[in-house]
Amino acid sequence: MSTFLLEIGLEEMPAHLVSSSEAQLIARVQTFLADHRLSVGEIKPYSTPRRLAVQLIQVASQSESLSEEKRGPSIDRAKDDNGDWTKAAQGFARGQGGTPEDFEERDGYIWLTKQTAGEDAAVILKKIGDEVVSQMKFSTYMKWADNNFLYVRPIRWLVALLDSEVIDFNILDVSTGRITRGHRFLSNENVELANADVYEKTLQTASVMVNANERKAQIRQQLETIASEHDWVLQLDTSAAQDLLEEVNNIVEWPTAFSGSFDDKYLQIPDAVLITSMREHQRFFFVTDHEGKLLPHFLSVRNGNDQHLDNVIAGNEKVLVARLEDAEFFYHEDQNKTIADYMGKVKKLVFHEKIGTVYEHMQRVSQLSEYLAEHLAFTSEQKLDLARAADIYKFDLMTGMVGEFDELQGVMGEHYAKLFGEKDDVAKAMSEHYMPTSANGEVAQSDIGAVLAIADKLDSIVTFFSAGLIPSGSNDPYGLRRAATGIVRTLQDKKWHVTLTPLLENFVSHTSDVTNQADLSAIHMFILDRVRKIAIDSGIRQDLVAAGTHTTTSDVVAVADRIQVLSQHAEDDNFRDVIEALTRVSRLAVKQVTNDAVDETLFENTAEKTLYEATQNIDVSALVLQGAEAIYEVLAKLQKPIANYFDVTMVNTEQVVVKNNRYAQLNMINRVINELGDLSLIVIK
Amino acid sequence: MTNNKLSLQDIILNLQQYWANQGANLMQAYDNEVGAGTQSPYTFLRANGPEPWHAAYVQPSRRPADGRYGDNPNRLFQHHQFQVVMKPSPSNIQELYLGSLEALGIKPLEHDIRFVEDNWENPSMGAAGIGWEVWLDGMEVTQFTYFQQVGGIEVDSVTAEVTYGLERLASYIQDVPTVYDLEWGNGVLYGDIFKEPEFEHSKYAFEESNQEMLLKHFDEFEAEATHLLSLGLVHPAYDYILKSSHTFNLLDARGTVSVTERAGYLHRIRTMARKVSKVFIEERAKLGFPLLKDTDLRDKYIGENGKYAVKETK
Repeated sequence: MSTFLLEIGLEEMPAHLVSSSEAQLIARVQTFLADHRLSVGEIKPYSTPRRLAVQLIQVASQSESLSEEKRGPSIDRAKDDNGDWTKAAQGFARGQGGTPEDFEERDGYIWLTKQTAGEDAAVILKKIGDEVVSQMKFSTYMKWADNNFLYVRPIRWLVALLDSEVIDFNILDVSTGRITRGHRFLSNENVELANADVYEKTLQTASVMVNANERKAQIRQQLETIASEHDWVLQLDTSAAQDLLEEVNNIVEWPTAFSGSFDDKYLQIPDAVLITSMREHQRFFFVTDHEGKLLPHFLSVRNGNDQHLDNVIAGNEKVLVARLEDAEFFYHEDQNKTIADYMGKVKKLVFHEKIGTVYEHMQRVSQLSEYLAEHLAFTSEQKLDLARAADIYKFDLMTGMVGEFDELQGVMGEHYAKLFGEKDDVAKAMSEHYMPTSANGEVAQSDIGAVLAIADKLDSIVTFFSAGLIPSGSNDPYGLRRAATGIVRTLQDKKWHVTLTPLLENFVSHTSDVTNQADLSAIHMFILDRVRKIAIDSGIRQDLVAAGTHTTTSDVVAVADRIQVLSQHAEDDNFRDVIEALTRVSRLAVKQVTNDAVDETLFENTAEKTLYEATQNIDVSALVLQGAEAIYEVLAKLQKPIANYFDVTMVNTEQVVVKNNRYAQLNMINRVINELGDLSLIVIK
Repeated sequence: MTNNKLSLQDIILNLQQYWANQGANLMQAYDNEVGAGTQSPYTFLRANGPEPWHAAYVQPSRRPADGRYGDNPNRLFQHHQFQVVMKPSPSNIQELYLGSLEALGIKPLEHDIRFVEDNWENPSMGAAGIGWEVWLDGMEVTQFTYFQQVGGIEVDSVTAEVTYGLERLASYIQDVPTVYDLEWGNGVLYGDIFKEPEFEHSKYAFEESNQEMLLKHFDEFEAEATHLLSLGLVHPAYDYILKSSHTFNLLDARGTVSVTERAGYLHRIRTMARKVSKVFIEERAKLGFPLLKDTDLRDKYIGENGKYAVKETK
């Protein structure tokens, strides 16, 4: 049993790509090993900003041999009249690397057993450069020097060792060897690896903690030690702190945590500004006292040891103070103006060069908000607050603070709006209209914020579609998919049934030139696609999602609801029978679509009559209002009557009036079924 | 550390000496208004085509909208960049850069130096690259970029561009509260030289510039550039593109360019930038890419089936 090591040495990767690239490398190596039938005992991943590596423990000396039986042509095609092998049979033998002598005849076919011998591990592992390293995919690529090869960052060295032997391959002008590199400053540049087993240990002595999880645990422990020494409260389990920890972990190879301080006077600046300055701009962790009050100290991590740490602390403190000086200046300056002053400037702010200004965008959003408020039966006070919020909600973009700290858009809007005397509900919408800010981020809680969030995103989608700026493939530069997801999630959270298409038709007819080129049915599909994505991401079966979203309604809450209901019932004992019965109805109904009423006098058997009685009191529109669960329950009860009906009834009978009446009955049921989507897309196991 | 207090001119001299030793040719600052060292023809034009190019120079960079009348401790109408371009990008470019910090007395073991992802883009020049900002004890002191596209054209040979913000770097080294307190050299302060021009240029750009004249100039410069491009006169054409760009920046600082007009001007500059890059490559190809010595690469680009092979006309 051997150990194999592969290390890809790179210039510093973007921090956010390190962990995902490590995972990708492991997945590709697993596929590679399976493809070549090479067994290993364990796969160990490693990563730092400058390297991606994988160590294979207990590598078999050879891949497994393979014996595969292949079926050839049928015997009558394989032999001619004289009993000799035909061209087809000979071709089959050639194709499989065998001869007709090896044929076996069984079940009317000829068969050939193909033997593939095992291959030496060293021979297989030579291919890992082409089949794994070069195949890695990244969200950002570059080329370098005179090469056309694209990678996340330039490859500077490669290590491939099977025990103590170098496995030779190269990528561009970089050849594999046993030389890795230690820490940029704390170690010599070139570090020799005696064999594949000593990787982690050798790099440890070269001041590189190559195990990402252990490095992270180390950072965590160092940070917590400093915090507890000073009796500071450090929250490391919030998602923002986790993200920061992950990022910090991926910009250092040898972490040393330290603390720094700033003057008390800056604590009068809003916490959001202080936290952004520390966390987003400087990658510092902030600390609080036991009551949660921000303290004038921070924690950070150096990529190095504890020598000359004073320089590092002083430098970091200086940079932070310069930022806080700016922030303090803007905070006071900004309060000397009014919301009206800022709105005057918003008129000059470009939304998109093909669409117009942010101010015009706001005016359209105001109009859309009004429609939504009307539809959702807002109180007159809510309507007034919404109108005020829609009039001013982007004013903070023109403040000095947001100019300097653009990630504080919305947050400063809310803060300043309150200082300027706006009502709390209005102020809250300043920040909530951006929500959700990530795929799983929180959605707007207040009704006014939620309407503004939906309207703002809808206008973006409509105007960008109208300007032909439609997302395609992975290309979505304006975040329209995220916007659509935000709309769906907000509507779902609020349980707001809004049929978007008629609303947008009305909107487009009143806003003309920047919206009227938008294809509303394409937008409908675009939004439905997000409903689909959200459902699939939540773990619901693809076929159920496809069935539920097959619809013309643009009430996304109803669509999401029916997917949910189908998914909940998919494990019912009778689900298969119910769906089979209903799809049988649907398949026939669409062959002759009719709205004719059912004529009881034309019934020829009791099954028809029983089914009719079970359905005659169903009120589709009332059911729709009750929701998908009610529809499903009603339809599920029809399973037996439908089954009985088909046992004794030929729909396509000779007598045209009887036949038409039967179609009328099936269509009547199908109109209810359609409210759950297209059930024929459900895979029945 | 004795050279902890290098003057600004010492910093320039050390960087020049260091990069000259690494094979860069020392150019002089370009004698036309530019917004960044990247806009100098020694970077922008030379980044296209397959020819090697290694240069270093100081470039005073004008950004009218960043003027603060000499009041802000860090923001300037005109700052100075020390620009290094190495094409094709050497495999040890990061190590060379770190060596330059040592040449300024910054010993890596006494500080925290990091390469933090920061991709660079200048849409109006059709330029984009991948790289980092370099942090020195938390302060961004250098922009490090591998050019991928210049003038809207995917580059043939990748340039590594290293741009030091000289005022930033000097502020760190000299540890002074504002740029105006920096020592330029021989006891003369940055403020002694630049405070007055900062005030005057800010006043000019924000209050006194002649809008009609600038608008007229923009149109004239553009027409001249376009005419020169049609004649294949790359360098004079590029000068007029730079003039157009600076004229637009002055108009923009004044805040009187409307939204739609702004997009229009940027589009016009971008169109010229694309054109000049294309013509530059064509003109260098006509000369047979004299700086390209590598025989394989010569064959790749101007051999019989090369990308820039001269087509025989019968």
